[in-house]
Amino acid sequence: MRNVSNIFRREFKSYFISPIAYIVIAVFLVVTGWLFFPTFFLMRQANLNQFFTLLPVTFAFIIPAVTMRLFSEEINVGSYEMLLTMPVSFKEIIVGKYLAAVAFVSIMLAPTFFYAVSISFIGKMDWGPVLGGFLGALLLGAAFCAIGLLASSLTRNQVIAFIVGLVTCFVLTLLVDYSLYLLPGFLSGLTGFFQYLSASHHFQNIAKGVVDSRDILYFLSVSFVALYGTALIMQEKK
Amino acid sequence: MIKFDKLTKYYGDLCAVDHVSFEVKKGEILGLLGPNGAGKTTIYRILTGYLRPTDGNIQVKNFNIYDNLIDIKKLIGYLPEAAPIYHEMLVYDYLEYVADIRNVAPDKKLDHIKELADLCSLNRVMHMTINELSKGFRQRVGIAHALMGNPEILVLDEPTSGLDPNQIVETREIIRRIGKVKTIIFSTHILSEAEATCDRVVVIDEGKIVANDTIEGLKKSQKESSFENVFRNLTRGN
Repeated sequence: MRNVSNIFRREFKSYFISPIAYIVIAVFLVVTGWLFFPTFFLMRQANLNQFFTLLPVTFAFIIPAVTMRLFSEEINVGSYEMLLTMPVSFKEIIVGKYLAAVAFVSIMLAPTFFYAVSISFIGKMDWGPVLGGFLGALLLGAAFCAIGLLASSLTRNQVIAFIVGLVTCFVLTLLVDYSLYLLPGFLSGLTGFFQYLSASHHFQNIAKGVVDSRDILYFLSVSFVALYGTALIMQEKK
Repeated sequence: MIKFDKLTKYYGDLCAVDHVSFEVKKGEILGLLGPNGAGKTTIYRILTGYLRPTDGNIQVKNFNIYDNLIDIKKLIGYLPEAAPIYHEMLVYDYLEYVADIRNVAPDKKLDHIKELADLCSLNRVMHMTINELSKGFRQRVGIAHALMGNPEILVLDEPTSGLDPNQIVETREIIRRIGKVKTIIFSTHILSEAEATCDRVVVIDEGKIVANDTIEGLKKSQKESSFENVFRNLTRGN
């Protein structure tokens, strides 16, 4: 546990040493604000529904950029050898890096809470869906961080890690919408199955303000499976 | 203190280390010599937990690499070739991070870092980022990394490679100083350095041990007056 905290602190600090963190946060806020506010003023409703509808797609683009360096860069530069030969376990390395990415995503998400605060001044806000949305956003972000970490462990090339992470997050995001169109008629019974696999479906459930244990379990399962897969891949590389 | 027992490592079909067995006694400075590609780095990487052997075992004190890898890592300070270190970190921050991972007591941490900075002549670069340092200084940071937490065993993979003559002399001096109190395994292509520093050498070629003796013993058995000729006789240079 002590080493998880040491690795977490180093990784978290390293985000903010380079300009990457500031660029990613700025891009995230500009894109989400730009996509959200025009429709918000057209709808004239004091809620964040449109923001939370678009969030899974935005996260699918942004989070792989946050996580792509976590293993790829270390393996490419060689510092991974220094790290792995110190008295730390795989588990500590993976959890430390994962928590650093989740903390970064939380910080990136935090300013968007001011959208809710500022909107509450101009209309009557139902806080249930808003708080549910932010809880869902954290769970979704954590699951995508785990997927990004898995993608980063696959290759020493950060661009490939980014693309693998992006495609995986994107498929999980759009699965529910496109499975309806792409599935041949005789497989239409599988729609429910694809719906269960879809991250955006579970996220939208929570964002309605209904915190169902099945949705929480889904995000925790995705995170666990991806982190476990990362551990297997890193062990296999030995 | 360290017992290599029929250590074998395959990379696909290539046998990099082939049933290597030898022992290192406590307090000994052992030179692991051989041409490029002989398998030295692979042996170090297995000993330090970076790679898993295909077969065989290594015992360090009462620990073995399969069951007690973290305990072995605690006993070993390792400097990989070219010391790949996080380039964006300040030297002081990096050493503090290593001290935390190696569980140096908080009240002794600062003194220990100062002691290593003195030993490795790092005082004037402590507040520089690692990517601003010359190769020689990076190598010294790597040596300080290996020495952090006073590990009983030091494994140094070509600690003087790529350094200028003055830096080579300084690095050799550091190894000699710490060699008085620690068990050291190191490799070098500078044979005079091995002659000046090692109590005993193990020469490997194409993954197999071709000699294991003192330098004087090898000269006698090979009936050569220069160690360079002995080395050439034993390896592919003959």
